[in-house]
Parts: sequence; C-alpha cells; structure tokens
Amino acid sequence: MKAFSVLVLMAALAVQTAVRAADIIGTITLDGTPPPEVPYTPLMNDPNFSKMYTSTPTTHFYVVGPNHGLGDVVVFLKNVTGKSTGASQPPALLDQKGGLYRPQILAIQTGQKLLVRNSDKCIHNVHVITTVAGNPEHNNVQMPGSPDLTFTFLKPEMFITFKCDVHPWMFAWVSVMDSPYYGVSDKTGKFVIKNVPPGHYTVEADHRKLGVQTKEVDVKDSDVTVNFTYHIK
Amino acid sequence: MLKNEPIQDNPWLRRFAALTAVVTFLLLGLGGLVTSHNAGMSVPDWPNSYGYNMFFFPIKDWVGGIFYEHTHRLLASGVGLLTTILAVWLWVKEPRRWMRWLGVTALLGVVAQGVLGGLRVVLLNAHLGIIHAIVGQLFFVLMAAIALFTSRFWQNLQTVQAVGSPSALDTGGTVHPAGTNLRRLVLFTTLLIFGQLIIGATMRQAHAGLAIPDFPLAYGKLWPDTSAAAVAGYNEHRISAIAENPITAFQIILQMAHRITAVLILLAVAGCAWMAHRPHPRKSGSGPELECRLYRRLSLFWLALILAQIALGAWTTWSNKAADVATLHVLGGALSLATGAMWCLIAFRRTAMAAVRDLGPEEPRAADAAPIGAHPALAANK
Repeated sequence: MKAFSVLVLMAALAVQTAVRAADIIGTITLDGTPPPEVPYTPLMNDPNFSKMYTSTPTTHFYVVGPNHGLGDVVVFLKNVTGKSTGASQPPALLDQKGGLYRPQILAIQTGQKLLVRNSDKCIHNVHVITTVAGNPEHNNVQMPGSPDLTFTFLKPEMFITFKCDVHPWMFAWVSVMDSPYYGVSDKTGKFVIKNVPPGHYTVEADHRKLGVQTKEVDVKDSDVTVNFTYHIK
Repeated sequence: MLKNEPIQDNPWLRRFAALTAVVTFLLLGLGGLVTSHNAGMSVPDWPNSYGYNMFFFPIKDWVGGIFYEHTHRLLASGVGLLTTILAVWLWVKEPRRWMRWLGVTALLGVVAQGVLGGLRVVLLNAHLGIIHAIVGQLFFVLMAAIALFTSRFWQNLQTVQAVGSPSALDTGGTVHPAGTNLRRLVLFTTLLIFGQLIIGATMRQAHAGLAIPDFPLAYGKLWPDTSAAAVAGYNEHRISAIAENPITAFQIILQMAHRITAVLILLAVAGCAWMAHRPHPRKSGSGPELECRLYRRLSLFWLALILAQIALGAWTTWSNKAADVATLHVLGGALSLATGAMWCLIAFRRTAMAAVRDLGPEEPRAADAAPIGAHPALAANK
C-alpha cells in the first residue's frame, strides 16, 4: 500500500512537471538614434502644473535605457484568444498626475477593470478612442477629487487612446489582451510573459512608433528567452 | 419676378444682415481654433457644459481646451439669436417673398448646424465633425448672400442693367464681354474651392497633425512614397506633444490632393482675372463698364486672397500646424468661397436681368439713370 502511494505521488509529480508553465523572458533593443522628444511646453504654461516641475517634461515615445534597451513595448502571445482571466484580476490603474498620464503605456486583459484616477486639482476629461467594434468610445468628465472612472473592454485591441482634450498634451495608450500572456518592457528593455503553458507560439512585440515584430518560440518546461531588436534610421 | 422686384432699402435690416454675416465669420474662426487646438471634445456633454447650463458655466473653469470649445458654443448661440432675429425681421419687413424664405432657411440652417455640433460631441462621431465644418462654411455663404441681397448694391444691379448700352445687351443677353464664359469659370472655381474646403475639413478632422511635414516638396520629393514601409517610417519620426493619430497613406494622398487643388484654384482665379480684364468697347457710365470695373476689382481681390491663402497654407506646414496660422488658413478658405459665391450671384443676377430686358424693351425709369450706390429711390430712404 505504501509503495502504491509513492508511485501515485511520483506519477502526479511527473504529470505536474510535464505541464509546468514556463516564462518567456527577453530584452527589446533599439538599434539607431531615435528622433528627439518634444517638450510639453503648454504644460509649463499651465499654472495648475508648472509649479510641479523644475524642468519641462518631454514626450517619451522612445524610452531608451542603458545598453539601448527599449521600454514601453507591449509583448504578447499572438493568436492566443479566449484565455482571459481579466474578470478575476485586480483592477489596473491609469493616473492623471501632474498633467500627465502615468503610465503612458499600459496593458490589461479583456474583462479586467481599468481605473482612471484624477490626482490633479483641476478638471480633466477622459476621452477614450477605440477602433475595434465592441469597444465603445467614451468621453467622461472627471472633476478634481471625484471617484475613479472604471472602464472595461470586451474585445482585444492594441493601443486604445486615452486623452484629455482640456489638456491636449495628456495622452496614454492601453492595449487589451485576450489572455494573461503579455508583458510590457521596462526602462531597460526587459520583459517577462509569465506562466506560459508548453506549446509553439508566435511572440509579438508592438511599439507605438516602431510597429510590430514577431518571433516563433517553443515553450517546454523551462524559461525561454526571446529578444527583439528594432532598427531606426 | 426679377422685372418687377420691389426696391426697398431698409438700412437697419441690411446693417443687421451684414453684422450677422460678420459674426458668423468670427464663429467660423472660433470653430477653427477649436479644431486647431484639438479641443472639440473638451466639454463632453451638450447642450450642458460639465453639467451646468451653458450660460452659467463658471468662468474659472474656462481653462485649456474648454475655453475654445465653450466660447465657440456661446458665440454659436449668439449667431443663432442673430439669425433668428434676422429671419423674423425678413419675414415681417421684406417685400421679396424668396428673401423671406431665405431667412427661414437660414434659421433652419443655424439650428441644424448647432445640433450637428452637439451630436458630434455626444455621439462621439468624428464624421459629424467633418459635416459640421462643411455646413459651417455653407452657412457663412448663406449669411453673406443674405447680406448681399439686402444691400443697396444688389438692388442697384438692375438699375445699372437698365442703363446698359443696347449693343452690349445684344450680345446674347449678357452684359459683360466675357459673358457666359466668365460666369461659368467663376462658378467652376467656386465649386473647386468648395471641394477644397471639404478636403481641408477632412484633413483637419483626422486629428493626425501634418500628413506631410514639408513644403513645397513632400518628404523631399515631388510625389511622396506612400508605401506601407514608407508610411511606417514617417510615423516613426513624428514626435508630437499632443495625441495625434498615426498618419496613413490616404491622408498623405489627401494632402497632395489639397496642394494640387490649390494650384488649380490659383490658375482658375487667375483665369477669371484675365477674362475680367480683357479689353472691351467702353462706353463711359454704361452698365457694362461699371460691371467690368466691378468684376476686375472682384477678380483682383479674389486673386490676392488665393495667393494669401496659399502662403498661409505653406506657413501652416512650416509652423508645424500652429493653431493660429491654421485657423487663419481656414478663414481664408471661407472668405475665398464666399467671394466666389457672391461673384456668382452677382453675375447670374446680371444675366437674369439681361434676359428679362431682352424679353421686351421697357422704358427706363428716371431713377435707372443713376450709377451704383446712387439710386435716388434708395437715396431718399437714407
């Protein structure tokens, strides 16, 4: 009986090992010199925000770190749909603070709540511009101190625009995935897609300015590294 | 109808009509500023403003994009009020029946335009923004036309016709030596300008910034590369401090169409000027001579306007679509359209009067012997 129990335990461990999910990790690199970012001059002309900065903030379309790591790239498993766990995930947060959206690039899942907060002491309007049918466009008032606005998107869509028309330099992009298998590269260009089940996948990297790159990858029982390099002339 | 149209000068009515046209022009400018500042959606509700009755929205909250959008709404309400008064005034005092109905049309037009603007906001429909921009231009033309129709100048047109020399009138019922051809060219040019304004409105409502950042070349070429790879490359290098959509090949082609149409308009207006300046037999004090003088002045004004408009278009590009410059460009377009439309109306009016005259000689009235602006019957009403 004891031997049988050991066998069952070993078999269970074997099965668990066989289906163990792995992480896809990697680095996004930028080859070349990006165009110069533009200062948010009107922000500094606005008395609501000018006192909050010692120097004029700039756009950050190209977040380039040491070793040319490229941040704000959304990386995900292409063609993996209907796997969203968004409804059970904690809400994501997009904050309007200091006259800027933070973060500027965000990824969430379909069905996941997205909270948009006004941490400023002035009026903002939250204008959500979508392009995929099933994800309606919104334009909401958000007075200072008012509760967070909640948005949920049911269809996957890349780079939904969030903007403030009162302060037209305020904008962010939210990508909506239909699975939990995605990540956004950090300032050093590193990204992680966690707990990917074994299988063959197409990994897609999508940068707001530099567009799309894809790579094929086989995930087995250990972490896989996939790197992308964007070139800019 | 033309033959027996009553001449009645109502100085305050024509001044009011002119005022309404001028305020409508200012409203177009403010609307241009709204789009130039990307502020069209900065007040998400309508007809209220942030929950307030529009007229009681606190001034302290007129900040950023709200300032442009809210003042645009207030001025639009003002134009609505002016148009309503004008329509009622015309209905009550205007002897010409078609003018009374024109006033009603203006009233319906201003209501429709206001609703269009509101629906663009609440329905979040960018296409309605394009229609709103185009209807705005047409409404301005209508108000300019009403101002023209109520003017002494318009009513004197038939007076000038009556003193035209018989030889001039004999040329196919027209009074200008260039006659039909000039009239047709003016009409064609006006329609071309209207088409240009539609292109311009479509470009502006795309909220994609400058589809082509250089001028007179386009991405350094006479005709830019619009392949997918090239457009992706353009977008990589477009860094803007406002939320702009990525440009598309369609927008680049639209921008090129705008430039080419501008050249066509310049040529057409130059053609109008050339035709208006062609020599013809002069007869001092005659209707045709006065008409020719008018057309020459109009053509030179139009030509100057188009040249200024092209310069403003170039400046818009060189300034990276600075809001004030782009708005001046919009206003230049509106003025160009209105100029062409008014010229059309004058030319067709003159032709219609000539046709009436050709139907049967009529004894010129003593008053008809006066030049433009000096009609005794009108002078008596001053």
